[in-house]
Amino acid sequence: MASYSTNEFRSGLKIMLDGDPCAIIENEFVKPGKGQAFNRVKIRNLKTGRVLDKTFKSGDSVDAADVIDTEMQYLYNDGEFWHFMDPQSYEQQAADANAVGDARQWLKAQDNCEVTLYNGSPIGVTPPNFVELEISDTDPGLKGDTAQGGTKPATLETGAVVKVPLFLEIGELVKVDTRSGEYMSRVKK
Amino acid sequence: MNWQPSASLQVIRERARIYRQIRSFFNTRGCLEVETPVLASTTNTDVQVATIEVPGFEIPFYLQTSPEFAMKRLLAAGCGSIFQITHAFRQGEAGRLHHPEFSLLEWYRAGYDYHQLMDEMELLITTLSLHQCSFTRITYKDLFRQVMDLGVDEVTLEQLRDHCKKSVPGTNVAQLDFDQCLDLLLGVVIAPTMQGYQFVYDYPLSQAALARVREDDNNVAERFELFFDGIELANGFSELTDADEQRARFEQDNAARAQKGLPQYAIDERLLAALESGLDDCAGVALGLDRLLMVLLELDSIDQVLTFTD
Repeated sequence: MASYSTNEFRSGLKIMLDGDPCAIIENEFVKPGKGQAFNRVKIRNLKTGRVLDKTFKSGDSVDAADVIDTEMQYLYNDGEFWHFMDPQSYEQQAADANAVGDARQWLKAQDNCEVTLYNGSPIGVTPPNFVELEISDTDPGLKGDTAQGGTKPATLETGAVVKVPLFLEIGELVKVDTRSGEYMSRVKK
Repeated sequence: MNWQPSASLQVIRERARIYRQIRSFFNTRGCLEVETPVLASTTNTDVQVATIEVPGFEIPFYLQTSPEFAMKRLLAAGCGSIFQITHAFRQGEAGRLHHPEFSLLEWYRAGYDYHQLMDEMELLITTLSLHQCSFTRITYKDLFRQVMDLGVDEVTLEQLRDHCKKSVPGTNVAQLDFDQCLDLLLGVVIAPTMQGYQFVYDYPLSQAALARVREDDNNVAERFELFFDGIELANGFSELTDADEQRARFEQDNAARAQKGLPQYAIDERLLAALESGLDDCAGVALGLDRLLMVLLELDSIDQVLTFTD
Protein backbone atom coordinates (compact mmCIF):
# COMPACT_ATOMS: atom_id res chain seq x y z
CA MET A 1 0.00 0.00 0.00
CA ALA A 2 1.15 3.54 -0.71
CA SER A 3 2.22 5.62 2.26
CA TYR A 4 3.00 9.24 3.03
CA SER A 5 5.81 10.65 5.14
CA THR A 6 4.97 13.54 7.49
CA ASN A 7 6.90 15.92 5.23
CA GLU A 8 4.30 15.26 2.51
CA PHE A 9 1.46 16.24 4.88
CA ARG A 10 -0.72 19.04 3.57
CA SER A 11 -4.37 19.90 3.89
CA GLY A 12 -6.61 17.65 1.83
CA LEU A 13 -4.28 14.62 1.99
CA LYS A 14 -6.18 11.35 2.64
CA ILE A 15 -4.61 8.93 5.11
CA MET A 16 -5.64 5.84 7.09
CA LEU A 17 -5.86 6.24 10.85
CA ASP A 18 -7.01 3.52 13.25
CA GLY A 19 -8.65 1.73 10.33
CA ASP A 20 -10.66 4.69 9.06
CA PRO A 21 -10.03 6.97 6.08
CA CYS A 22 -9.26 10.52 7.18
CA ALA A 23 -8.48 13.85 5.54
CA ILE A 24 -5.85 16.25 6.88
CA ILE A 25 -7.35 19.67 7.60
CA GLU A 26 -4.34 21.44 9.13
CA ASN A 27 -0.70 20.51 9.56
CA GLU A 28 1.64 22.34 11.96
CA PHE A 29 5.38 21.67 12.13
CA VAL A 30 6.82 21.99 15.66
CA LYS A 31 10.56 21.64 16.17
CA PRO A 32 13.00 22.86 18.74
CA GLY A 33 16.27 23.80 16.98
CA LYS A 34 18.17 20.99 18.68
CA GLY A 35 15.34 18.55 19.31
CA GLN A 36 12.79 16.16 17.91
CA ALA A 37 10.42 17.54 15.26
CA PHE A 38 6.70 16.81 15.39
CA ASN A 39 3.80 17.30 13.02
CA ARG A 40 0.61 18.27 14.80
CA VAL A 41 -2.36 17.69 12.55
CA LYS A 42 -6.08 18.26 12.62
CA ILE A 43 -7.76 15.37 10.87
CA ARG A 44 -11.34 14.72 9.76
CA ASN A 45 -12.54 11.14 9.92
CA LEU A 46 -14.28 10.78 6.56
CA LYS A 47 -16.65 8.12 7.85
CA THR A 48 -17.89 9.84 10.99
CA GLY A 49 -17.10 13.46 10.11
CA ARG A 50 -15.42 13.84 13.52
CA VAL A 51 -12.40 16.12 13.76
CA LEU A 52 -9.49 14.99 15.92
CA ASP A 53 -5.96 16.08 16.82
CA LYS A 54 -2.99 13.83 16.19
CA THR A 55 0.70 14.33 16.80
CA PHE A 56 3.28 12.46 14.73
CA LYS A 57 7.03 12.31 15.08
CA SER A 58 8.34 13.98 11.93
CA GLY A 59 9.67 11.41 9.50
CA ASP A 60 7.03 8.83 10.46
CA SER A 61 4.90 7.53 7.66
CA VAL A 62 1.26 6.58 7.48
CA ASP A 63 -0.71 4.53 4.99
CA ALA A 64 -2.48 6.40 2.23
CA ALA A 65 -6.25 5.98 2.16
CA ASP A 66 -7.70 4.67 -1.07
CA VAL A 67 -9.97 7.67 -1.31
CA ILE A 68 -10.82 9.52 -4.49
CA ASP A 69 -13.10 12.45 -5.12
CA THR A 70 -14.96 11.96 -8.36
CA GLU A 71 -17.45 14.09 -10.26
CA MET A 72 -20.77 12.24 -10.60
CA GLN A 73 -24.27 13.08 -11.69
CA TYR A 74 -27.06 12.71 -9.14
CA LEU A 75 -29.89 10.53 -10.48
CA TYR A 76 -32.57 9.78 -7.87
CA ASN A 77 -33.35 8.66 -4.32
CA ASP A 78 -35.17 5.33 -3.90
CA GLY A 79 -36.12 5.99 -0.29
CA GLU A 80 -33.02 4.32 1.11
CA PHE A 81 -30.17 5.12 -1.25
CA TRP A 82 -29.13 8.11 -3.32
CA HIS A 83 -27.98 7.04 -6.77
CA PHE A 84 -25.14 8.68 -8.70
CA MET A 85 -23.66 8.03 -12.14
CA ASP A 86 -20.18 8.53 -13.54
CA PRO A 87 -20.84 10.62 -16.69
CA GLN A 88 -17.91 8.98 -18.55
CA SER A 89 -18.31 5.31 -17.71
CA TYR A 90 -22.06 5.40 -16.89
CA GLU A 91 -21.14 3.33 -13.85
CA GLN A 92 -23.59 3.86 -10.97
CA GLN A 93 -23.02 4.19 -7.24
CA ALA A 94 -25.55 4.04 -4.41
CA ALA A 95 -24.81 6.19 -1.34
CA ASP A 96 -26.56 5.68 2.00
CA ALA A 97 -27.88 8.42 4.28
CA ASN A 98 -24.65 8.45 6.26
CA ALA A 99 -22.57 9.12 3.16
CA VAL A 100 -24.91 11.76 1.77
CA GLY A 101 -25.27 13.59 5.08
CA ASP A 102 -26.41 17.21 4.87
CA ALA A 103 -25.79 17.27 1.13
CA ARG A 104 -29.17 15.59 0.61
CA GLN A 105 -31.05 18.89 0.95
CA TRP A 106 -29.30 20.29 -2.14
CA LEU A 107 -29.45 17.25 -4.43
CA LYS A 108 -31.44 17.75 -7.61
CA ALA A 109 -31.54 15.19 -10.38
CA GLN A 110 -28.95 15.79 -13.10
CA ASP A 111 -26.79 18.12 -10.99
CA ASN A 112 -23.11 17.21 -10.80
CA CYS A 113 -21.74 16.46 -7.32
CA GLU A 114 -18.40 15.40 -5.94
CA VAL A 115 -18.70 11.87 -4.57
CA THR A 116 -15.94 10.64 -2.25
CA LEU A 117 -15.22 6.95 -2.82
CA TYR A 118 -13.37 4.84 -0.25
CA ASN A 119 -12.25 1.46 -1.60
CA GLY A 120 -14.69 2.09 -4.44
CA SER A 121 -17.78 2.86 -2.29
CA PRO A 122 -19.30 6.29 -1.54
CA ILE A 123 -18.56 7.69 1.93
CA GLY A 124 -19.25 11.36 1.23
CA VAL A 125 -21.08 13.67 -1.13
CA THR A 126 -20.29 17.35 -1.73
CA PRO A 127 -22.97 19.29 -3.60
CA PRO A 128 -22.00 21.94 -6.18
CA ASN A 129 -21.07 25.26 -4.52
CA PHE A 130 -24.06 26.90 -6.23
CA VAL A 131 -27.39 25.28 -7.04
CA GLU A 132 -30.48 26.66 -8.76
CA LEU A 133 -33.68 25.38 -7.16
CA GLU A 134 -37.38 26.13 -7.43
CA ILE A 135 -39.35 27.52 -4.47
CA SER A 136 -41.98 24.92 -3.58
CA ASP A 137 -43.46 26.77 -0.63
CA THR A 138 -43.30 30.23 0.93
CA ASP A 139 -45.59 32.97 2.24
CA PRO A 140 -47.19 35.15 -0.46
CA GLY A 141 -44.88 37.77 -1.93
CA LEU A 142 -45.21 41.48 -1.18
CA LYS A 143 -45.53 43.34 -4.46
CA GLY A 144 -43.29 46.32 -4.92
CA ASP A 145 -41.08 45.39 -1.96
CA THR A 146 -37.94 44.85 -4.02
CA ALA A 147 -35.78 47.42 -2.32
CA GLN A 148 -36.32 46.61 1.33
CA GLY A 149 -34.03 44.22 3.16
CA GLY A 150 -36.64 41.90 4.73
CA THR A 151 -36.53 38.13 4.31
CA LYS A 152 -38.84 35.14 4.82
CA PRO A 153 -38.24 31.38 4.90
CA ALA A 154 -38.81 29.47 1.66
CA THR A 155 -38.86 25.70 1.16
CA LEU A 156 -37.09 24.63 -2.02
CA GLU A 157 -37.91 21.66 -4.26
CA THR A 158 -35.21 19.55 -2.61
CA GLY A 159 -36.53 20.22 0.90
CA ALA A 160 -33.91 22.81 1.94
CA VAL A 161 -35.22 25.88 3.74
CA VAL A 162 -33.46 29.17 2.99
CA LYS A 163 -34.15 32.82 3.74
CA VAL A 164 -35.24 34.68 0.61
CA PRO A 165 -36.31 38.29 -0.06
CA LEU A 166 -39.98 39.05 0.57
CA PHE A 167 -40.92 39.61 -3.10
CA LEU A 168 -40.22 36.01 -4.22
CA GLU A 169 -43.13 33.67 -5.03
CA ILE A 170 -43.76 29.92 -5.19
CA GLY A 171 -42.50 28.52 -8.49
CA GLU A 172 -39.63 31.00 -8.87
CA LEU A 173 -36.05 29.80 -9.32
CA VAL A 174 -33.32 30.92 -6.88
CA LYS A 175 -29.53 30.52 -6.76
CA VAL A 176 -28.17 29.34 -3.39
CA ASP A 177 -24.63 28.93 -2.02
CA THR A 178 -24.64 25.40 -0.56
CA ARG A 179 -21.58 26.08 1.65
CA SER A 180 -23.35 28.77 3.65
CA GLY A 181 -26.95 27.87 2.80
CA GLU A 182 -27.50 31.49 1.77
CA TYR A 183 -29.71 32.85 -1.00
CA MET A 184 -27.63 34.54 -3.73
CA SER A 185 -30.07 35.75 -6.40
CA ARG A 186 -33.25 35.19 -8.33
CA VAL A 187 -32.78 33.25 -11.58
CA LYS A 188 -34.86 34.21 -14.65
CA LYS A 189 -36.48 31.10 -16.10
CA MET B 1 2.93 34.89 -12.58
CA ASN B 2 3.50 36.01 -9.00
CA TRP B 3 6.93 37.64 -9.06
CA GLN B 4 6.37 39.92 -6.07
CA PRO B 5 8.41 39.55 -2.87
CA SER B 6 6.95 37.49 -0.05
CA ALA B 7 7.78 40.20 2.51
CA SER B 8 6.34 43.71 2.36
CA LEU B 9 8.66 46.60 1.47
CA GLN B 10 8.37 47.81 5.07
CA VAL B 11 9.73 44.47 6.31
CA ILE B 12 12.55 44.54 3.75
CA ARG B 13 13.54 48.02 5.02
CA GLU B 14 13.30 46.85 8.66
CA ARG B 15 15.64 43.95 7.88
CA ALA B 16 18.15 46.42 6.46
CA ARG B 17 17.77 48.58 9.58
CA ILE B 18 18.43 45.74 12.04
CA TYR B 19 21.40 44.45 10.01
CA ARG B 20 22.89 47.97 10.08
CA GLN B 21 22.34 48.22 13.83
CA ILE B 22 23.73 44.75 14.50
CA ARG B 23 26.93 45.63 12.61
CA SER B 24 27.31 48.91 14.41
CA PHE B 25 26.59 47.23 17.79
CA PHE B 26 29.38 44.70 17.34
CA ASN B 27 31.80 47.08 15.64
CA THR B 28 31.67 49.42 18.63
CA ARG B 29 32.05 46.49 21.06
CA GLY B 30 35.24 45.09 19.55
CA CYS B 31 33.74 42.11 17.77
CA LEU B 32 35.12 41.32 14.30
CA GLU B 33 32.76 40.59 11.41
CA VAL B 34 33.78 37.39 9.60
CA GLU B 35 32.60 35.27 6.71
CA THR B 36 32.75 31.47 6.45
CA PRO B 37 31.69 29.09 3.64
CA VAL B 38 28.07 28.14 3.20
CA LEU B 39 29.22 25.11 1.18
CA ALA B 40 31.65 22.67 2.83
CA SER B 41 32.80 19.04 2.77
CA THR B 42 31.81 18.35 6.40
CA THR B 43 28.59 18.90 8.26
CA ASN B 44 26.83 18.65 11.58
CA THR B 45 26.38 15.12 12.95
CA ASP B 46 23.49 16.17 15.25
CA VAL B 47 20.75 13.55 14.95
CA GLN B 48 17.98 16.16 14.92
CA VAL B 49 19.47 18.25 12.15
CA ALA B 50 19.06 17.14 8.53
CA THR B 51 21.69 18.39 6.10
CA ILE B 52 21.13 19.20 2.43
CA GLU B 53 23.76 17.49 0.30
CA VAL B 54 24.82 19.26 -2.86
CA PRO B 55 25.48 17.12 -5.96
CA GLY B 56 28.13 17.80 -8.57
CA PHE B 57 31.34 17.28 -6.57
CA GLU B 58 33.70 14.32 -6.42
CA ILE B 59 33.23 14.04 -2.66
CA PRO B 60 30.00 15.00 -0.86
CA PHE B 61 29.50 18.70 -0.19
CA TYR B 62 26.90 20.10 2.15
CA LEU B 63 25.01 23.34 2.66
CA GLN B 64 25.96 24.36 6.17
CA THR B 65 23.35 23.92 8.92
CA SER B 66 25.26 26.47 11.01
CA PRO B 67 28.58 28.34 10.71
CA GLU B 68 29.65 27.01 14.11
CA PHE B 69 32.53 24.70 13.18
CA ALA B 70 34.23 27.19 10.87
CA MET B 71 33.83 30.02 13.38
CA LYS B 72 35.42 27.92 16.11
CA ARG B 73 38.38 27.30 13.84
CA LEU B 74 38.69 31.07 13.51
CA LEU B 75 38.59 31.42 17.30
CA ALA B 76 41.31 28.79 17.67
CA ALA B 77 43.33 30.71 15.06
CA GLY B 78 43.28 33.71 17.41
CA CYS B 79 40.64 35.94 15.82
CA GLY B 80 39.27 37.05 19.18
CA SER B 81 35.54 37.79 19.47
CA ILE B 82 33.75 37.41 16.14
CA PHE B 83 30.30 37.74 14.62
CA GLN B 84 28.68 36.74 11.34
CA ILE B 85 25.39 37.25 9.53
CA THR B 86 24.84 34.29 7.21
CA HIS B 87 22.36 31.81 5.81
CA ALA B 88 21.92 28.28 7.18
CA PHE B 89 20.05 25.33 5.67
CA ARG B 90 17.99 22.50 7.16
CA GLN B 91 16.40 19.79 5.09
CA GLY B 92 12.67 19.29 5.55
CA GLU B 93 12.03 22.12 7.99
CA ALA B 94 9.03 24.07 6.76
CA GLY B 95 6.08 25.63 8.53
CA ARG B 96 4.86 28.79 10.18
CA LEU B 97 8.20 29.24 12.00
CA HIS B 98 10.51 27.24 9.73
CA HIS B 99 12.00 27.54 6.28
CA PRO B 100 14.76 25.30 4.86
CA GLU B 101 16.94 28.39 4.24
CA PHE B 102 17.09 30.97 6.99
CA SER B 103 19.23 33.84 8.28
CA LEU B 104 21.37 33.65 11.38
CA LEU B 105 23.39 36.02 13.46
CA GLU B 106 26.07 33.99 15.19
CA TRP B 107 28.62 35.42 17.54
CA TYR B 108 31.38 34.23 19.86
CA ARG B 109 32.84 36.01 22.82
CA ALA B 110 36.34 35.12 24.00
CA GLY B 111 36.48 34.83 27.79
CA TYR B 112 32.68 34.98 28.30
CA ASP B 113 30.49 32.34 29.90
CA TYR B 114 26.88 31.78 28.92
CA HIS B 115 25.40 34.21 31.45
CA GLN B 116 27.63 37.02 30.20
CA LEU B 117 26.51 36.18 26.68
CA MET B 118 22.86 36.37 27.78
CA ASP B 119 23.59 39.82 29.21
CA GLU B 120 25.01 40.97 25.89
CA MET B 121 22.07 39.48 24.02
CA GLU B 122 19.64 41.47 26.18
CA LEU B 123 21.52 44.61 25.28
CA LEU B 124 21.49 43.80 21.56
CA ILE B 125 17.77 43.03 21.43
CA THR B 126 16.94 46.14 23.43
CA THR B 127 18.95 48.14 20.90
CA LEU B 128 17.10 46.58 17.95
CA SER B 129 13.65 46.66 19.49
CA LEU B 130 11.22 49.46 18.86
CA HIS B 131 9.78 49.02 22.38
CA GLN B 132 11.02 48.65 25.93
CA CYS B 133 12.07 45.03 26.55
CA SER B 134 12.29 43.06 29.75
CA PHE B 135 13.93 39.67 30.12
CA THR B 136 13.59 36.81 32.56
CA ARG B 137 15.80 33.75 33.11
CA ILE B 138 14.76 30.33 34.31
CA THR B 139 16.50 26.96 34.36
CA TYR B 140 15.13 24.13 32.23
CA LYS B 141 14.37 22.22 35.41
CA ASP B 142 12.49 25.09 37.08
CA LEU B 143 10.51 25.75 33.90
CA PHE B 144 9.12 22.20 33.85
CA ARG B 145 8.49 22.41 37.58
CA GLN B 146 6.71 25.76 37.30
CA VAL B 147 4.46 25.02 34.32
CA MET B 148 3.81 21.28 34.65
CA ASP B 149 4.86 20.50 38.23
CA LEU B 150 7.20 17.95 36.70
CA GLY B 151 10.66 17.14 38.04
CA VAL B 152 12.86 16.34 35.05
CA ASP B 153 15.51 14.89 37.39
CA GLU B 154 13.22 12.41 39.13
CA VAL B 155 10.65 11.47 36.50
CA THR B 156 10.81 8.03 34.88
CA LEU B 157 10.30 7.43 31.19
CA GLU B 158 6.93 5.77 31.90
CA GLN B 159 5.72 8.75 33.94
CA LEU B 160 6.95 11.11 31.27
CA ARG B 161 5.04 9.23 28.57
CA ASP B 162 1.91 9.44 30.77
CA HIS B 163 2.36 13.22 30.95
CA CYS B 164 2.61 13.33 27.14
CA LYS B 165 -0.46 11.13 26.73
CA LYS B 166 -2.49 13.36 29.05
CA SER B 167 -1.27 16.72 27.76
CA VAL B 168 -1.01 15.94 24.05
CA PRO B 169 -3.82 13.53 23.17
CA GLY B 170 -3.43 11.67 19.90
CA THR B 171 0.29 10.97 20.31
CA ASN B 172 1.78 7.52 20.02
CA VAL B 173 3.84 7.95 23.20
CA ALA B 174 5.18 4.40 23.26
CA GLN B 175 7.63 5.30 20.49
CA LEU B 176 9.01 8.40 22.23
CA ASP B 177 12.26 8.28 24.18
CA PHE B 178 13.03 10.48 27.20
CA ASP B 179 14.30 13.52 25.33
CA GLN B 180 11.61 13.26 22.66
CA CYS B 181 8.99 13.41 25.44
CA LEU B 182 10.68 16.51 26.88
CA ASP B 183 10.83 18.12 23.40
CA LEU B 184 7.13 17.44 22.87
CA LEU B 185 6.12 18.88 26.24
CA LEU B 186 8.36 21.93 25.86
CA GLY B 187 7.17 22.66 22.30
CA VAL B 188 3.48 21.93 22.68
CA VAL B 189 2.57 22.44 26.33
CA ILE B 190 5.13 24.77 27.90
CA ALA B 191 6.09 27.13 25.07
CA PRO B 192 2.50 28.42 24.58
CA THR B 193 2.46 29.52 28.24
CA MET B 194 5.74 31.49 28.02
CA GLN B 195 5.50 35.27 27.88
CA GLY B 196 7.86 37.98 26.73
CA TYR B 197 11.61 37.45 26.36
CA GLN B 198 12.65 34.47 28.44
CA PHE B 199 15.99 32.70 28.67
CA VAL B 200 15.87 29.00 29.50
CA TYR B 201 19.26 27.68 30.67
CA ASP B 202 21.07 24.67 32.13
CA TYR B 203 19.76 22.01 29.76
CA PRO B 204 19.90 18.31 30.67
CA LEU B 205 23.16 16.65 29.72
CA SER B 206 21.37 14.53 27.10
CA GLN B 207 20.60 17.81 25.29
CA ALA B 208 24.02 19.40 25.74
CA ALA B 209 24.72 19.64 21.98
CA LEU B 210 28.06 21.50 21.90
CA ALA B 211 27.86 23.00 25.38
CA ARG B 212 30.28 22.59 28.27
CA VAL B 213 29.11 20.54 31.26
CA ARG B 214 28.61 22.61 34.41
CA GLU B 215 31.52 22.08 36.77
CA ASP B 216 29.42 22.24 39.94
CA ASP B 217 26.49 20.19 38.60
CA ASN B 218 27.38 17.59 36.02
CA ASN B 219 23.73 16.78 35.30
CA VAL B 220 23.37 19.91 33.23
CA ALA B 221 25.13 21.67 30.38
CA GLU B 222 25.82 25.39 30.11
CA ARG B 223 23.38 25.79 27.25
CA PHE B 224 20.64 28.42 26.93
CA GLU B 225 17.84 29.30 24.60
CA LEU B 226 15.98 32.57 24.20
CA PHE B 227 12.23 32.54 23.63
CA PHE B 228 9.76 35.31 22.92
CA ASP B 229 6.17 34.39 23.76
CA GLY B 230 7.27 30.76 23.41
CA ILE B 231 8.91 31.22 19.98
CA GLU B 232 12.48 29.93 20.03
CA LEU B 233 14.82 32.70 18.87
CA ALA B 234 18.34 31.72 19.87
CA ASN B 235 20.52 28.90 21.16
CA GLY B 236 23.84 29.43 22.90
CA PHE B 237 26.53 27.71 24.92
CA SER B 238 29.55 28.08 27.05
CA GLU B 239 31.47 26.29 24.34
CA LEU B 240 32.87 22.84 24.68
CA THR B 241 36.62 23.28 24.07
CA ASP B 242 37.82 19.78 24.90
CA ALA B 243 38.74 17.91 21.70
CA ASP B 244 38.38 14.43 23.20
CA GLU B 245 34.94 15.16 24.63
CA GLN B 246 33.95 16.72 21.29
CA ARG B 247 35.10 13.65 19.38
CA ALA B 248 33.15 11.41 21.76
CA ARG B 249 29.97 13.44 21.15
CA PHE B 250 30.43 13.26 17.37
CA GLU B 251 30.86 9.50 17.65
CA GLN B 252 27.74 9.22 19.84
CA ASP B 253 25.80 11.21 17.22
CA ASN B 254 26.91 8.91 14.43
CA ALA B 255 26.05 5.83 16.48
CA ALA B 256 22.57 7.25 17.10
CA ARG B 257 22.30 8.05 13.39
CA ALA B 258 23.20 4.46 12.50
CA GLN B 259 20.55 3.18 14.89
CA LYS B 260 17.87 5.37 13.34
CA GLY B 261 18.92 4.52 9.80
CA LEU B 262 20.03 8.11 9.12
CA PRO B 263 23.11 9.00 7.04
CA GLN B 264 26.35 9.18 9.03
CA TYR B 265 28.82 11.96 8.36
CA ALA B 266 32.58 12.13 8.45
CA ILE B 267 33.72 13.82 11.65
CA ASP B 268 35.08 17.34 11.10
CA GLU B 269 38.73 16.56 11.84
CA ARG B 270 39.77 20.16 11.15
CA LEU B 271 37.55 21.35 13.99
CA LEU B 272 38.99 18.70 16.33
CA ALA B 273 42.53 19.64 15.31
CA ALA B 274 41.70 23.29 16.02
CA LEU B 275 40.38 22.37 19.49
CA GLU B 276 43.51 20.31 20.12
CA SER B 277 45.70 23.25 19.21
CA GLY B 278 43.93 25.08 22.04
CA LEU B 279 40.70 27.03 22.27
CA ASP B 280 40.35 29.36 25.24
CA ASP B 281 37.08 29.56 27.15
CA CYS B 282 34.42 31.26 25.12
CA ALA B 283 30.68 31.44 24.66
CA GLY B 284 28.72 31.54 21.43
CA VAL B 285 25.14 31.94 20.32
CA ALA B 286 23.06 31.75 17.14
CA LEU B 287 20.07 34.04 16.79
CA GLY B 288 17.46 33.42 14.08
CA LEU B 289 17.10 36.76 12.32
CA ASP B 290 13.91 35.90 10.43
CA ARG B 291 12.10 35.01 13.62
CA LEU B 292 13.58 38.03 15.40
CA LEU B 293 12.11 40.22 12.66
CA MET B 294 8.75 38.46 13.05
CA VAL B 295 8.80 39.18 16.77
CA LEU B 296 9.98 42.79 16.45
CA LEU B 297 7.32 43.55 13.83
CA GLU B 298 4.61 41.41 15.48
CA LEU B 299 4.08 39.19 12.43
CA ASP B 300 2.66 35.66 12.55
CA SER B 301 4.54 33.75 9.92
CA ILE B 302 8.11 33.46 8.66
CA ASP B 303 6.81 33.88 5.07
CA GLN B 304 5.99 37.49 5.98
CA VAL B 305 9.66 38.29 6.66
CA LEU B 306 11.41 36.19 3.99
CA THR B 307 12.16 38.33 0.95
CA PHE B 308 11.26 35.45 -1.35
CA THR B 309 10.18 31.97 -0.29
CA ASP B 310 11.27 30.38 -3.56
